[in-house]
Amino acid sequence: MKQRRKIRKQKAHIAFVLNGEPCEVAFAPHKTLLEVLREDLNLTGTKHGCELGECGTCAVLLDGKPVLSCLVLGLDAEGREVTTVEGMQLPEGRLHPLQETFADLGAAQCGYCTPGFLLTALELLAKNPKPTREEIAQALSGNLCRCTGYIKIYEAVELAAAHMRGEKAEVAEEVVYGLKS
Amino acid sequence: MRNFQHFNPASLAQATTTLSSKPDAWVIAGGIDLLGEMKNGIIQPGTLVNLKTLPNLDYIKFSESDGLRIGAMATLAKIEAHPDIRKHFTVLSQAAHSVATPQIRNVGTLGGNLCQRPRCWYYRNPAFHCLKKGGKECFSVSGENKYNAILGGGPVFIVHPSDCAPALISLGAEVTVAGPRGKRSMPLEKFFILPTENPLRENRLQAGEVVTEVHVPPFHDAGSSSSAHRSVYLKVKERGAWDFALASAAVSMETNAGMCRSVRVVLGGVAPIPWRCPQAEKTCMGKQIDEALAAEAGKASLAQAVPLGKNDYKVEMAANLIKRALLMCSASSASPR
Ligand SMILES: Cc1cc2nc3c(=O)[nH]c(=O)nc-3n(C[C@H](O)[C@H](O)[C@H](O)COP(=O)(O)OP(=O)(O)OC[C@H]3O[C@@H](n4cnc5c(N)ncnc54)[C@H](O)[C@@H]3O)c2cc1C
Ligand code: FES
Ligand code: FES
Repeated sequence: MKQRRKIRKQKAHIAFVLNGEPCEVAFAPHKTLLEVLREDLNLTGTKHGCELGECGTCAVLLDGKPVLSCLVLGLDAEGREVTTVEGMQLPEGRLHPLQETFADLGAAQCGYCTPGFLLTALELLAKNPKPTREEIAQALSGNLCRCTGYIKIYEAVELAAAHMRGEKAEVAEEVVYGLKS
Repeated sequence: MRNFQHFNPASLAQATTTLSSKPDAWVIAGGIDLLGEMKNGIIQPGTLVNLKTLPNLDYIKFSESDGLRIGAMATLAKIEAHPDIRKHFTVLSQAAHSVATPQIRNVGTLGGNLCQRPRCWYYRNPAFHCLKKGGKECFSVSGENKYNAILGGGPVFIVHPSDCAPALISLGAEVTVAGPRGKRSMPLEKFFILPTENPLRENRLQAGEVVTEVHVPPFHDAGSSSSAHRSVYLKVKERGAWDFALASAAVSMETNAGMCRSVRVVLGGVAPIPWRCPQAEKTCMGKQIDEALAAEAGKASLAQAVPLGKNDYKVEMAANLIKRALLMCSASSASPR
């Protein structure tokens, strides 16, 4: 029988909870959580932007708190809970109210920043169901959007918050169509 | 990023022994600054010694008799939101809140904030082998120096980027560090060193040493009705969020019947260390602070400033910050702390 060789294991192996389900993954230990999610777990909803903490598009929830996955090692997820944008959908594949209002109000254009905004807003609404405009702006101040100019994003968060509180809020007409001349 | 060994020490002792036995081992706390340096290729650690899994390093404890104790691993988010810090050490909660973005504050720690490396873009750019990295020249002197030092500079002209450090120094904080030979404490002000002492370093940490705790002593007379303690952190940045200070001022003051009884004034973003301003303090001591006196204190603090060509704006900015912060701290108790 052929002799087996001893090959040193190069990869780190961790277990954590990903979008509500137990998950195990092996990866090179120097990888960031962003790289592990995208490259080793094929969850490409989390976006890869500046890689240096400057844009917020890579934000995910770690134990419920928004963090930048580009500046967290994959190893740091061991034993913890990670939520990515893929984990936001409701049963039967329905969109989360935030996803719905982002789409309806044009709060996403190219969409590259959207996952980071959605998750950061999700945590805000979990701890503060009725935030003021100022509180929304504060919470989202680490997320850059080059397309929308932010106003539509704030409006989408406000409307989703109203829906999540069970209110029958509607979009003001001028939000979608602009002011009538 | 290059590969490295990742080590979760079982105890503080194991962390410090590993750090002192391996010259290419680095501490990783939140990793916000360290991973940025590694991605930019400024440092290439062989081993990362992770402090996150050590127990009992992220506490915040407050009592009237002992003051405030913060473990090095407490996050900035926890510090900015802590009710006792908001109430008694406003300058610190404001400084922590002013750092970067909410996502970064959820991860970044106090120890990492105090020990973070400079942001000078020649230092952060791997194409420049500058004096701060062991090269021959500080390129900011003849190059782009909009964000560099106007006080205490030379031979390198970095500014210390920490917002928490000036705030804590204004509160008279002490720092405790642990190393292979045990623990030692010093005033936080003495923890930072000028480039004339060592252009490669910003603080007095020796091989194997880590910051474990910051202690803010209690105030005297906090209870007496005519005396008041107020503190404030003012920071100017180019954008509403994210940014490091162009200049900042931390002021902590005790007044008695409207007179300034003791005061510490510290600038951030203008010097290679958090810059204490004894001139401003002397100007205010024992006096009732009005607009003219506050302006004089600001001006006196910047008298020694030597701008580099593209950072002259910082002189007036810093003087005005001192003036505004002094007025806010001495205003009647009805105004915000
Ligand atoms: C986009 C961006 C914006 C920022 N804006 C600001 C700002 O406005 N104001 C500001 O003050 N900072 C700012 N920072 C800098 C900084 O990253 C954070 O302030 C944070 O507090 C660093 O903490 P950390 O725990 O992540 O440190 P780490 O990155 O883990 O460590 C930083 C350095 O300190 C060393 N270190 C860490 N902990 C210890 C310890 N206990 N003992 C000894 N050495 C230690 C590490 O080896 C490393 O060299 C910003 C960073 C980014 C990326
Ligand atoms: S990719 Fe993480 S902040 Fe930009
Ligand atoms: S939608 Fe394009 S960056 Fe925000």
